[in-house]
Amino acid sequence: MSSIRCRQLCKTFKQGDEIITGLDHVDIDIEEGEFVCLSGPSGSGKTTLLNAIGGLDTPDSGEIHMGDIRIDRLERGPLADMRLHHIGFVFQSYNLIPVLSARENVEFVMQVQGVPAAQRSRKSLEILREVGLEGMENRRPAQLSGGQQQRVAVARAIVTHPDLVLADEPTANLDSVAASHLMDLFVELNQHHRITFVIATHDKRVMSYARRLIKMQDGKIISDEPQ
Amino acid sequence: MLVDVGLRLAWRNLWRHWRRTWLTVGAMIFSNGLLIFAMSLQFGSYDMMIDNSLHAYSGHLQLQHPRYLDEPKMRYALDNVAAIAERLRRELSLDSISARAAGFALASSEERSYGLQIVGVDPVHEPLVSTLPGLVKQGRYLKPGAAGEIVIGAVLARNLKISVGDELTFLGSGFDDSFAAGIVTVVGIFESGMADLDRALAQVELGYFQDVFAMQDRGHSLIVRARNIDDVESLQAQVKALLESNQDISLRHWEELQPGLRQAIQADMASNSFMYVVLVVLVAFSVLNTQLMSVLERTREFGTMMALGLQPARLSRLVMLETALMTALGLVLGIAVGLVVNLYLSRVGFSYPGMDEVALKFNLPERIYPAISLASMTLGPAAVAIGSLLAALYPALRLYLLTPIEAMRAV
Ligand SMILES: Nc1ncnc2c1ncn2[C@@H]1O[C@H](COP(=O)(O)OP(=O)(O)O)[C@@H](O)[C@H]1O
Ligand SMILES: [Mg+2]
Repeated sequence: MSSIRCRQLCKTFKQGDEIITGLDHVDIDIEEGEFVCLSGPSGSGKTTLLNAIGGLDTPDSGEIHMGDIRIDRLERGPLADMRLHHIGFVFQSYNLIPVLSARENVEFVMQVQGVPAAQRSRKSLEILREVGLEGMENRRPAQLSGGQQQRVAVARAIVTHPDLVLADEPTANLDSVAASHLMDLFVELNQHHRITFVIATHDKRVMSYARRLIKMQDGKIISDEPQ
Repeated sequence: MLVDVGLRLAWRNLWRHWRRTWLTVGAMIFSNGLLIFAMSLQFGSYDMMIDNSLHAYSGHLQLQHPRYLDEPKMRYALDNVAAIAERLRRELSLDSISARAAGFALASSEERSYGLQIVGVDPVHEPLVSTLPGLVKQGRYLKPGAAGEIVIGAVLARNLKISVGDELTFLGSGFDDSFAAGIVTVVGIFESGMADLDRALAQVELGYFQDVFAMQDRGHSLIVRARNIDDVESLQAQVKALLESNQDISLRHWEELQPGLRQAIQADMASNSFMYVVLVVLVAFSVLNTQLMSVLERTREFGTMMALGLQPARLSRLVMLETALMTALGLVLGIAVGLVVNLYLSRVGFSYPGMDEVALKFNLPERIYPAISLASMTLGPAAVAIGSLLAALYPALRLYLLTPIEAMRAV
């Protein structure tokens, strides 16, 4: 399911009379279990590419295959289901539900998946321990530091055992200690759970963790090298 | 983990802006309380209206000749009315059953003449079915066996320019189309507040009436007053059973005897419902406003949830669940408020300025008491709840227009 193939992806945005290039004939293959960094200056198309792969936005042309599914052709409902069951998202600004505790945030996605309550409860505690938040399960997001909130977001993303985690500038709001903790966690999850990671970043510290570094500029891939 | 995460999320979302939520819930509580109060009082006043008008004269049920209702002619009479009345009183163990006979006559005093309905009554049982005997303001009511006595309405007395102790002659036609005439002494003048009765009704003793109008033992109606308006239907069934299939006697329900009463109530209900609808619409708009604001300010959050794989239907359900929780709060607290007000009013009654004058004039009670019933307690709150849920559909369904990326970009 989890190998990703993008062919000739193009995406443009209209802003007034101006046409802005988001993606310009992008080809990528990402195999199961890879740990990939997308780097490039701001505006180079990293987010646009992640959104396309994650089924949040459809490209103007080109193909996106995930295993044998053409996700750019999926309807809204099946696309949402695919995100729910196969893809985990980590956003720059955590995006936790403010009125739910760390544990409830993690459980919420499982509930939507239809996981029974007892199992939800056990798994959420387990995963929060795994991301290093033991003892903070009942805190609300506002009572957690940025690094801790991002860990809750990671826990939420991986608790459903996705094939792929897409992280968009996950360290942008973190100090360097928190950032390196988060990256250690990503590496560990990648190794233990064989979850594929694609991380968009322009943070040098993050790139140093990559085992494959893809550089983008003006919506094009300008280099793609193993590290 | 007894509470579902979705339910907990909905509940907590409500209190993110607790002032705004309480304002909306407060509007529901107020409207529910007001609707319960107004409807209970309204139903209470209908009960009072029905009770008063039926108690005044017509009773809850009447036994008549089958054709008498449509054509109240003297010849459509029942045989042996006094005996039937006696039998019914015994079999039903109910004293408030009284026989009447009625005819039209021209009444003349020394100075003037007026047409009137002259009714023969049983002076012992008539006070049990009708308030009229108790409304004699001058003189006294008829005595049993007293031939040659009459009581008349106050307006008629004024028109004829007579008072208690004066004599009156009347002229009509009897059962056998013979000439019926009598000279009677006015012993009492009643004032009922009901124009028809005060202007054109006179009562004499039944036996005397039967003599003068050559009716023998006949009469035109048996008036039945139930102990309570709620007993009327069961009483009706009992009387029907006693009459078996006697084709010569029809049993009339008060709605047949006074069709205008139901119509008046229905007209009043219709005009009141307009106000109720306005109130419900106002609450619905308040819910619409609250939920629309609450959805708009959470656009980003909804975007995140959609990115995680939640479909719009689930988000809509969340918004509806939040509305349902608010509505439930408003419902429970509103009904509680309404109940407290009602219980208080059912002790002390309700009156508005000037009501006592009207009451005095028309022989109504000076206070209205609320009728606390399932309908009066729940009809208004149910309408408010339905209106609120309908209003929330718009903000809830708008979520179907959201796409995760655009929603997440919203501030
Ligand atoms: N919704 C949009 N409307 C207009 N322009 C957009 C939109 N989304 C992205 N862009 C433009 O597309 C280009 C690529 O953006 P993005 O993928 O966000 O870059 P990155 O994530 O690398 O900073 C940028 O020039 C950006 O301004
Ligand atoms: Mg970006």
